[in-house]
Amino acid sequence: MLGYSLQKGCPAFLCRRIGYVPQIQNIDPRMPVSVREVVMMGRYGRLGLLRRPGPADRRVVDSMLQLVGMSHLASRPIGHLSGGEQQRVAIARALAQEPEILLLDEPTAALDRRARVEIMTLVSEIHRSRHLTTLMVTHELKTAAAVCDRLILMKEGRIWAQGTPAEVLREELLDLLFGG
Amino acid sequence: MNIKMDFSIFGYQFMQNAILAGLLGGVACSLIGVFVVTMNLSFIGVAISHAAFAGALCGTWLGFNPLAGAFLFSLVAAAVIGPLADRGEFNPDTPIGIIFSITMGMAFLFMGLLPGPKTQALELLWGSILTVNDRDLLLLAIVAAVVVSLVVLFFKEIQAVIFHREVALAVGIPASLIFYGLLFLTGSVITASLRSIGGLLIFNLILNPAAAAYQLTYNLRLMFVLSSFFGVLSTWVGLFLSCLFDVPSGATIVIVSAVIFIIAASFSPKRKVKKWEEEVSTGPGKALFK
Repeated sequence: MLGYSLQKGCPAFLCRRIGYVPQIQNIDPRMPVSVREVVMMGRYGRLGLLRRPGPADRRVVDSMLQLVGMSHLASRPIGHLSGGEQQRVAIARALAQEPEILLLDEPTAALDRRARVEIMTLVSEIHRSRHLTTLMVTHELKTAAAVCDRLILMKEGRIWAQGTPAEVLREELLDLLFGG
Repeated sequence: MNIKMDFSIFGYQFMQNAILAGLLGGVACSLIGVFVVTMNLSFIGVAISHAAFAGALCGTWLGFNPLAGAFLFSLVAAAVIGPLADRGEFNPDTPIGIIFSITMGMAFLFMGLLPGPKTQALELLWGSILTVNDRDLLLLAIVAAVVVSLVVLFFKEIQAVIFHREVALAVGIPASLIFYGLLFLTGSVITASLRSIGGLLIFNLILNPAAAAYQLTYNLRLMFVLSSFFGVLSTWVGLFLSCLFDVPSGATIVIVSAVIFIIAASFSPKRKVKKWEEEVSTGPGKALFK
Protein backbone atom coordinates (compact mmCIF):
# COMPACT_ATOMS: atom_id res chain seq x y z
CA MET A 1 0.00 0.00 0.00
CA LEU A 2 1.36 3.45 -0.99
CA GLY A 3 4.45 1.51 -2.03
CA TYR A 4 4.93 -0.34 1.28
CA SER A 5 4.47 -3.99 2.12
CA LEU A 6 2.00 -4.60 4.95
CA GLN A 7 3.47 -7.96 5.98
CA LYS A 8 4.39 -6.61 9.41
CA GLY A 9 1.20 -4.64 10.05
CA CYS A 10 0.66 -0.94 9.54
CA PRO A 11 3.38 1.30 11.04
CA ALA A 12 2.30 4.66 12.53
CA PHE A 13 3.82 6.77 9.73
CA LEU A 14 1.73 4.85 7.21
CA CYS A 15 -1.43 4.94 9.35
CA ARG A 16 -1.20 8.74 9.33
CA ARG A 17 -1.52 8.76 5.56
CA ILE A 18 -4.76 6.77 5.64
CA GLY A 19 -7.98 8.35 6.88
CA TYR A 20 -9.75 5.47 8.60
CA VAL A 21 -13.43 5.63 9.55
CA PRO A 22 -14.23 2.63 11.76
CA GLN A 23 -17.70 1.11 12.13
CA ILE A 24 -20.12 3.11 14.24
CA GLN A 25 -19.73 2.25 17.88
CA ASN A 26 -21.62 3.14 20.99
CA ILE A 27 -20.05 6.17 22.62
CA ASP A 28 -20.80 6.88 26.28
CA PRO A 29 -23.07 9.96 26.27
CA ARG A 30 -21.08 11.28 29.24
CA MET A 31 -17.74 11.06 27.38
CA PRO A 32 -15.87 14.30 28.19
CA VAL A 33 -14.81 15.00 24.60
CA SER A 34 -16.43 17.53 22.24
CA VAL A 35 -17.09 17.19 18.50
CA ARG A 36 -14.36 19.73 17.69
CA GLU A 37 -11.85 17.82 19.85
CA VAL A 38 -12.67 14.57 18.04
CA VAL A 39 -11.97 16.16 14.65
CA MET A 40 -8.78 17.71 16.05
CA MET A 41 -7.60 14.17 16.90
CA GLY A 42 -7.11 13.72 13.16
CA ARG A 43 -4.27 16.26 13.45
CA TYR A 44 -2.60 14.56 16.45
CA GLY A 45 -0.68 11.95 14.46
CA ARG A 46 0.75 14.61 12.14
CA LEU A 47 1.66 16.85 15.06
CA GLY A 48 3.62 14.12 16.81
CA LEU A 49 4.37 13.90 20.52
CA LEU A 50 4.78 17.00 22.70
CA ARG A 51 3.37 19.44 20.13
CA ARG A 52 0.11 21.27 20.55
CA PRO A 53 -2.38 22.09 17.78
CA GLY A 54 -1.82 25.59 16.34
CA PRO A 55 -3.96 28.04 14.32
CA ALA A 56 -3.29 26.11 11.09
CA ASP A 57 -4.69 22.93 12.67
CA ARG A 58 -7.73 24.81 13.93
CA ARG A 59 -8.38 26.14 10.42
CA VAL A 60 -8.25 22.60 8.99
CA VAL A 61 -10.64 21.37 11.69
CA ASP A 62 -13.09 24.24 11.07
CA SER A 63 -13.13 23.66 7.34
CA MET A 64 -13.66 19.90 7.76
CA LEU A 65 -16.52 20.50 10.19
CA GLN A 66 -18.07 22.78 7.62
CA LEU A 67 -17.53 20.25 4.84
CA VAL A 68 -19.50 17.55 6.69
CA GLY A 69 -22.10 20.05 7.89
CA MET A 70 -21.33 19.72 11.59
CA SER A 71 -20.11 23.26 12.41
CA HIS A 72 -23.26 24.06 14.36
CA LEU A 73 -22.67 21.07 16.68
CA ALA A 74 -18.92 21.64 17.12
CA SER A 75 -19.02 22.26 20.86
CA ARG A 76 -21.49 19.45 21.68
CA PRO A 77 -20.22 16.42 23.61
CA ILE A 78 -19.59 13.71 21.01
CA GLY A 79 -21.77 11.19 22.88
CA HIS A 80 -24.86 13.38 22.43
CA LEU A 81 -24.91 13.05 18.63
CA SER A 82 -26.99 10.59 16.64
CA GLY A 83 -25.38 7.73 14.71
CA GLY A 84 -25.42 9.60 11.40
CA GLU A 85 -23.99 12.75 12.97
CA GLN A 86 -21.24 10.76 14.68
CA GLN A 87 -20.39 9.21 11.35
CA ARG A 88 -20.06 12.67 9.77
CA VAL A 89 -17.72 13.69 12.59
CA ALA A 90 -15.67 10.52 12.04
CA ILE A 91 -15.33 11.38 8.35
CA ALA A 92 -14.28 14.94 9.26
CA ARG A 93 -11.65 13.52 11.62
CA ALA A 94 -10.31 11.19 8.95
CA LEU A 95 -10.14 14.09 6.47
CA ALA A 96 -8.42 16.34 9.02
CA GLN A 97 -5.52 13.90 8.73
CA GLU A 98 -5.19 15.12 5.12
CA PRO A 99 -4.91 11.49 4.05
CA GLU A 100 -3.99 10.00 0.70
CA ILE A 101 -6.61 7.29 1.05
CA LEU A 102 -9.99 7.43 2.77
CA LEU A 103 -10.87 4.02 4.19
CA LEU A 104 -14.41 3.41 5.43
CA ASP A 105 -15.52 0.26 7.25
CA GLU A 106 -19.27 -0.32 6.84
CA PRO A 107 -19.98 3.43 6.95
CA THR A 108 -23.75 3.00 6.75
CA ALA A 109 -24.27 -0.04 8.96
CA ALA A 110 -26.71 0.60 11.83
CA LEU A 111 -28.06 3.78 10.19
CA ASP A 112 -31.60 4.47 9.09
CA ARG A 113 -32.36 4.92 5.40
CA ARG A 114 -32.21 8.71 5.33
CA ALA A 115 -28.91 8.89 7.22
CA ARG A 116 -27.54 6.16 4.94
CA VAL A 117 -28.30 8.18 1.81
CA GLU A 118 -26.90 11.36 3.37
CA ILE A 119 -23.62 9.69 4.38
CA MET A 120 -23.15 8.07 0.97
CA THR A 121 -23.87 11.38 -0.79
CA LEU A 122 -21.30 13.07 1.44
CA VAL A 123 -18.68 10.38 0.77
CA SER A 124 -19.11 10.54 -3.01
CA GLU A 125 -19.06 14.37 -2.97
CA ILE A 126 -15.80 14.31 -1.04
CA HIS A 127 -14.40 11.71 -3.40
CA ARG A 128 -15.23 13.83 -6.46
CA SER A 129 -14.39 17.28 -5.18
CA ARG A 130 -11.11 16.37 -3.45
CA HIS A 131 -9.99 13.63 -5.87
CA LEU A 132 -9.37 11.40 -2.88
CA THR A 133 -8.95 7.66 -3.35
CA THR A 134 -11.84 6.21 -1.37
CA LEU A 135 -12.04 2.58 -0.33
CA MET A 136 -15.17 1.30 1.34
CA VAL A 137 -16.15 -2.03 2.83
CA THR A 138 -19.88 -2.71 2.69
CA HIS A 139 -22.49 -5.43 2.60
CA GLU A 140 -25.10 -3.25 0.94
CA LEU A 141 -24.95 -4.04 -2.76
CA LYS A 142 -27.43 -1.30 -3.70
CA THR A 143 -25.38 1.38 -2.00
CA ALA A 144 -22.20 0.05 -3.54
CA ALA A 145 -23.72 0.03 -7.02
CA ALA A 146 -24.97 3.59 -6.62
CA VAL A 147 -21.75 5.29 -5.52
CA CYS A 148 -18.76 3.13 -6.46
CA ASP A 149 -16.75 3.27 -9.69
CA ARG A 150 -15.25 -0.11 -9.12
CA LEU A 151 -16.33 -3.10 -7.05
CA ILE A 152 -14.29 -5.97 -5.70
CA LEU A 153 -16.30 -8.93 -4.48
CA MET A 154 -14.59 -10.94 -1.80
CA LYS A 155 -15.27 -14.39 -0.48
CA GLU A 156 -13.40 -16.16 2.31
CA GLY A 157 -10.70 -13.52 2.29
CA ARG A 158 -9.96 -13.79 -1.43
CA ILE A 159 -10.84 -11.56 -4.37
CA TRP A 160 -13.71 -13.29 -6.13
CA ALA A 161 -14.57 -10.86 -8.90
CA GLN A 162 -13.83 -7.24 -9.80
CA GLY A 163 -14.95 -4.60 -12.26
CA THR A 164 -17.51 -1.84 -12.69
CA PRO A 165 -20.84 -2.29 -10.90
CA ALA A 166 -22.50 -3.20 -14.22
CA GLU A 167 -19.93 -5.91 -14.90
CA VAL A 168 -19.90 -7.39 -11.42
CA LEU A 169 -23.43 -7.10 -10.10
CA ARG A 170 -25.04 -9.61 -12.43
CA GLU A 171 -27.69 -11.97 -11.21
CA GLU A 172 -25.87 -15.20 -12.16
CA LEU A 173 -22.57 -14.02 -10.65
CA LEU A 174 -24.23 -13.06 -7.36
CA ASP A 175 -26.11 -16.37 -7.23
CA LEU A 176 -22.80 -18.15 -7.56
CA LEU A 177 -21.13 -15.91 -4.91
CA PHE A 178 -23.81 -16.29 -2.27
CA GLY A 179 -24.87 -19.80 -3.23
CA GLY A 180 -21.75 -21.88 -3.64
CA MET B 1 -11.05 26.62 73.98
CA ASN B 2 -11.71 23.25 72.42
CA ILE B 3 -11.50 24.61 68.87
CA LYS B 4 -8.22 26.31 69.63
CA MET B 5 -6.73 22.98 70.72
CA ASP B 6 -7.91 21.33 67.51
CA PHE B 7 -5.97 23.79 65.43
CA SER B 8 -2.81 23.73 67.53
CA ILE B 9 -2.23 20.20 66.26
CA PHE B 10 -1.34 21.59 62.82
CA GLY B 11 1.88 23.02 64.27
CA TYR B 12 3.39 19.54 64.70
CA GLN B 13 5.80 18.08 62.19
CA PHE B 14 3.80 14.83 61.77
CA MET B 15 0.66 16.82 60.99
CA GLN B 16 2.45 18.94 58.40
CA ASN B 17 3.82 15.75 56.82
CA ALA B 18 0.31 14.34 56.74
CA ILE B 19 -1.06 17.46 55.06
CA LEU B 20 1.69 17.30 52.44
CA ALA B 21 1.09 13.56 51.92
CA GLY B 22 -2.63 14.31 51.50
CA LEU B 23 -1.88 16.92 48.86
CA LEU B 24 0.55 14.74 46.88
CA GLY B 25 -1.39 11.49 47.25
CA GLY B 26 -4.70 13.23 46.57
CA VAL B 27 -3.44 14.76 43.33
CA ALA B 28 -1.69 11.59 42.08
CA CYS B 29 -4.57 9.22 42.89
CA SER B 30 -7.34 11.41 41.54
CA LEU B 31 -5.51 12.15 38.27
CA ILE B 32 -5.04 8.41 37.74
CA GLY B 33 -8.73 8.07 38.55
CA VAL B 34 -9.66 10.11 35.47
CA PHE B 35 -8.19 7.38 33.23
CA VAL B 36 -9.78 4.66 35.30
CA VAL B 37 -13.25 6.22 35.17
CA THR B 38 -13.26 7.35 31.53
CA MET B 39 -11.78 4.10 30.21
CA ASN B 40 -13.98 1.82 32.36
CA LEU B 41 -11.02 0.31 34.19
CA SER B 42 -12.54 0.34 37.70
CA PHE B 43 -12.25 -3.38 38.25
CA ILE B 44 -8.73 -3.45 36.80
CA GLY B 45 -7.71 -0.74 39.24
CA VAL B 46 -9.14 -2.66 42.19
CA ALA B 47 -7.23 -5.77 41.12
CA ILE B 48 -3.97 -3.81 40.75
CA SER B 49 -4.35 -2.16 44.14
CA HIS B 50 -4.90 -5.50 45.86
CA ALA B 51 -1.90 -6.94 44.03
CA ALA B 52 0.14 -4.05 45.42
CA PHE B 53 -1.08 -4.84 48.91
CA ALA B 54 -0.21 -8.54 48.52
CA GLY B 55 3.22 -7.52 47.18
CA ALA B 56 3.87 -5.27 50.16
CA LEU B 57 3.03 -8.12 52.55
CA CYS B 58 5.22 -10.48 50.57
CA GLY B 59 8.07 -7.96 50.82
CA THR B 60 7.57 -7.64 54.56
CA TRP B 61 7.53 -11.42 54.96
CA LEU B 62 10.71 -11.91 52.95
CA GLY B 63 12.39 -9.09 54.86
CA PHE B 64 12.94 -6.54 52.07
CA ASN B 65 11.26 -3.20 51.47
CA PRO B 66 7.46 -3.69 51.35
CA LEU B 67 7.13 -0.94 48.76
CA ALA B 68 9.50 -2.76 46.40
CA GLY B 69 7.26 -5.82 46.70
CA ALA B 70 4.16 -3.70 46.12
CA PHE B 71 5.67 -2.08 43.04
CA LEU B 72 6.72 -5.42 41.57
CA PHE B 73 3.34 -7.09 42.21
CA SER B 74 1.33 -4.18 40.82
CA LEU B 75 3.44 -4.10 37.65
CA VAL B 76 3.00 -7.84 37.18
CA ALA B 77 -0.76 -7.50 37.75
CA ALA B 78 -0.94 -4.66 35.19
CA ALA B 79 1.06 -6.71 32.69
CA VAL B 80 -1.22 -9.72 33.13
CA ILE B 81 -4.51 -7.81 33.16
CA GLY B 82 -3.69 -5.37 30.33
CA PRO B 83 -3.92 -7.94 27.51
CA LEU B 84 -7.22 -9.23 28.93
CA ALA B 85 -8.76 -5.76 28.66
CA ASP B 86 -7.06 -5.30 25.30
CA ARG B 87 -9.18 -7.94 23.59
CA GLY B 88 -11.89 -5.38 23.12
CA GLU B 89 -15.33 -6.88 22.77
CA PHE B 90 -14.63 -9.91 24.94
CA ASN B 91 -15.80 -9.14 28.46
CA PRO B 92 -12.74 -9.21 30.74
CA ASP B 93 -14.63 -9.19 34.06
CA THR B 94 -14.34 -12.91 34.74
CA PRO B 95 -10.56 -13.30 34.19
CA ILE B 96 -9.90 -10.06 36.09
CA GLY B 97 -12.12 -11.32 38.90
CA ILE B 98 -10.04 -14.48 39.08
CA ILE B 99 -6.80 -12.49 39.24
CA PHE B 100 -8.36 -10.27 41.89
CA SER B 101 -9.27 -13.27 44.03
CA ILE B 102 -5.75 -14.69 43.60
CA THR B 103 -4.17 -11.45 44.83
CA MET B 104 -6.56 -11.36 47.81
CA GLY B 105 -5.67 -14.95 48.63
CA MET B 106 -1.97 -14.18 48.44
CA ALA B 107 -2.38 -11.11 50.65
CA PHE B 108 -3.99 -13.19 53.40
CA LEU B 109 -1.47 -15.98 52.93
CA PHE B 110 1.48 -13.62 53.46
CA MET B 111 -0.30 -12.02 56.38
CA GLY B 112 -0.70 -15.44 57.97
CA LEU B 113 2.96 -16.28 57.32
CA LEU B 114 4.19 -13.09 59.01
CA PRO B 115 5.51 -13.95 62.48
CA GLY B 116 4.67 -11.93 65.59
CA PRO B 117 2.24 -9.02 65.83
CA LYS B 118 0.66 -7.92 62.57
CA THR B 119 0.74 -4.17 63.22
CA GLN B 120 2.84 -3.42 60.16
CA ALA B 121 0.60 -5.54 57.94
CA LEU B 122 -2.55 -3.89 59.25
CA GLU B 123 -0.97 -0.49 58.70
CA LEU B 124 -0.54 -1.38 55.03
CA LEU B 125 -4.17 -2.41 54.92
CA TRP B 126 -5.64 0.71 56.58
CA GLY B 127 -2.81 3.12 55.97
CA SER B 128 -1.71 5.77 58.43
CA ILE B 129 -1.14 9.16 56.96
CA LEU B 130 -0.11 10.50 60.37
CA THR B 131 3.09 8.44 60.47
CA VAL B 132 4.48 9.11 57.00
CA ASN B 133 8.20 9.82 57.04
CA ASP B 134 10.42 11.89 54.77
CA ARG B 135 11.17 8.93 52.52
CA ASP B 136 7.46 8.23 51.95
CA LEU B 137 6.94 11.91 51.18
CA LEU B 138 9.81 11.96 48.71
CA LEU B 139 8.40 8.91 46.91
CA LEU B 140 4.93 10.47 46.83
CA ALA B 141 6.36 13.76 45.54
CA ILE B 142 8.24 11.99 42.73
CA VAL B 143 5.21 9.95 41.66
CA ALA B 144 2.87 12.96 41.84
CA ALA B 145 5.32 15.04 39.77
CA VAL B 146 5.61 12.25 37.18
CA VAL B 147 1.82 11.87 36.90
CA VAL B 148 1.20 15.63 36.59
CA SER B 149 3.90 16.11 33.97
CA LEU B 150 2.79 13.09 31.91
CA VAL B 151 -0.80 14.34 31.90
CA VAL B 152 0.33 17.82 30.80
CA LEU B 153 2.87 16.64 28.20
CA PHE B 154 0.81 13.86 26.64
CA PHE B 155 -2.64 15.38 27.09
CA LYS B 156 -3.67 15.06 23.45
CA GLU B 157 -2.51 11.45 23.17
CA ILE B 158 -4.25 10.55 26.45
CA GLN B 159 -7.40 12.30 25.25
CA ALA B 160 -7.41 10.30 22.01
CA VAL B 161 -6.83 7.00 23.82
CA ILE B 162 -9.63 7.79 26.30
CA PHE B 163 -11.98 8.61 23.42
CA HIS B 164 -11.31 5.55 21.31
CA ARG B 165 -8.23 3.38 21.15
CA GLU B 166 -8.86 2.20 17.60
CA VAL B 167 -9.18 5.80 16.42
CA ALA B 168 -6.05 6.81 18.33
CA LEU B 169 -4.16 4.01 16.60
CA ALA B 170 -5.61 4.98 13.21
CA VAL B 171 -4.39 8.59 13.42
CA GLY B 172 -0.90 7.32 14.24
CA ILE B 173 -0.76 7.57 18.04
CA PRO B 174 1.05 4.72 19.88
CA ALA B 175 -2.21 3.76 21.62
CA SER B 176 -1.08 0.48 23.20
CA LEU B 177 2.06 2.10 24.61
CA ILE B 178 -0.07 4.85 26.18
CA PHE B 179 -2.60 2.32 27.52
CA TYR B 180 0.03 0.13 29.18
CA GLY B 181 1.84 3.23 30.38
CA LEU B 182 -1.34 4.29 32.16
CA LEU B 183 -1.74 0.85 33.76
CA PHE B 184 1.86 0.90 35.03
CA LEU B 185 1.39 4.45 36.24
CA THR B 186 -1.67 3.27 38.19
CA GLY B 187 0.51 0.59 39.81
CA SER B 188 3.18 3.15 40.75
CA VAL B 189 0.71 5.60 42.25
CA ILE B 190 -0.92 2.85 44.30
CA THR B 191 2.50 1.70 45.56
CA ALA B 192 3.54 5.20 46.56
CA SER B 193 0.26 5.86 48.40
CA LEU B 194 0.08 2.46 50.10
CA ARG B 195 1.67 3.51 53.41
CA SER B 196 -0.39 6.66 53.84
CA ILE B 197 -3.83 5.62 52.53
CA GLY B 198 -3.68 1.82 52.79
CA GLY B 199 -4.24 -1.08 50.41
CA LEU B 200 -7.95 -1.50 51.08
CA LEU B 201 -8.85 2.16 50.89
CA ILE B 202 -6.55 3.45 48.17
CA PHE B 203 -8.87 2.58 45.35
CA ASN B 204 -11.67 4.71 46.73
CA LEU B 205 -9.41 7.74 46.58
CA ILE B 206 -8.65 6.89 42.95
CA LEU B 207 -12.23 6.27 41.91
CA ASN B 208 -14.43 8.67 43.91
CA PRO B 209 -12.93 12.09 43.06
CA ALA B 210 -12.72 11.23 39.35
CA ALA B 211 -16.22 9.77 39.32
CA ALA B 212 -17.49 12.97 40.97
CA ALA B 213 -15.68 15.11 38.37
CA TYR B 214 -17.08 12.90 35.59
CA GLN B 215 -20.59 13.80 36.74
CA LEU B 216 -19.94 17.50 36.44
CA THR B 217 -18.16 18.24 33.17
CA TYR B 218 -17.89 17.38 29.47
CA ASN B 219 -14.43 18.92 29.31
CA LEU B 220 -11.54 16.53 29.91
CA ARG B 221 -9.13 19.29 31.03
CA LEU B 222 -11.63 20.51 33.59
CA MET B 223 -12.26 16.93 34.67
CA PHE B 224 -8.55 16.49 35.52
CA VAL B 225 -8.58 19.76 37.50
CA LEU B 226 -11.84 19.04 39.34
CA SER B 227 -10.76 15.49 40.12
CA SER B 228 -7.49 16.57 41.73
CA PHE B 229 -9.31 19.31 43.63
CA PHE B 230 -11.78 16.74 45.00
CA GLY B 231 -8.91 14.36 45.77
CA VAL B 232 -7.02 16.92 47.86
CA LEU B 233 -10.24 18.12 49.48
CA SER B 234 -11.01 14.51 50.50
CA THR B 235 -7.61 13.94 52.11
CA TRP B 236 -7.53 17.27 53.92
CA VAL B 237 -11.10 17.23 55.21
CA GLY B 238 -10.69 13.54 56.05
CA LEU B 239 -7.51 14.28 57.96
CA PHE B 240 -9.21 17.07 59.87
CA LEU B 241 -12.20 14.88 60.78
CA SER B 242 -9.88 12.07 61.80
CA CYS B 243 -8.12 14.36 64.31
CA LEU B 244 -11.38 15.87 65.46
CA PHE B 245 -13.07 12.58 66.26
CA ASP B 246 -9.93 10.49 66.87
CA VAL B 247 -10.82 7.87 64.24
CA PRO B 248 -8.61 6.21 61.53
CA SER B 249 -7.68 8.76 58.84
CA GLY B 250 -7.93 6.33 55.90
CA ALA B 251 -11.58 5.73 56.72
CA THR B 252 -12.51 9.42 57.05
CA ILE B 253 -10.69 10.26 53.79
CA VAL B 254 -12.65 7.63 51.90
CA ILE B 255 -15.96 8.64 53.48
CA VAL B 256 -15.38 12.30 52.57
CA SER B 257 -14.56 11.34 48.96
CA ALA B 258 -17.72 9.22 48.79
CA VAL B 259 -19.82 12.11 50.13
CA ILE B 260 -18.31 14.41 47.47
CA PHE B 261 -19.28 11.86 44.83
CA ILE B 262 -22.85 11.59 46.11
CA ILE B 263 -23.24 15.39 46.11
CA ALA B 264 -21.78 15.64 42.58
CA ALA B 265 -23.99 12.84 41.30
CA SER B 266 -27.16 14.41 42.70
CA PHE B 267 -26.38 17.79 41.12
CA SER B 268 -25.01 16.33 37.90
CA PRO B 269 -26.14 17.98 34.64
CA LYS B 270 -25.53 14.58 33.04
CA ARG B 271 -28.59 13.15 34.75
CA LYS B 272 -30.49 14.86 31.97
CA VAL B 273 -28.72 12.63 29.47
CA LYS B 274 -30.31 9.58 30.96
CA LYS B 275 -33.78 11.11 30.75
CA TRP B 276 -33.03 12.20 27.19
CA GLU B 277 -32.01 8.67 26.23
CA GLU B 278 -35.25 7.33 27.66
CA GLU B 279 -37.25 9.86 25.67
CA VAL B 280 -35.44 9.04 22.45
CA SER B 281 -36.02 5.33 22.94
CA THR B 282 -39.74 5.92 23.45
CA GLY B 283 -40.10 8.20 20.44
CA PRO B 284 -40.58 11.95 20.91
CA GLY B 285 -38.03 14.23 22.54
CA LYS B 286 -35.38 14.22 19.85
CA ALA B 287 -36.79 17.51 18.59
CA LEU B 288 -35.71 19.04 21.89
CA PHE B 289 -32.08 18.67 20.88
CA LYS B 290 -32.34 19.92 17.32
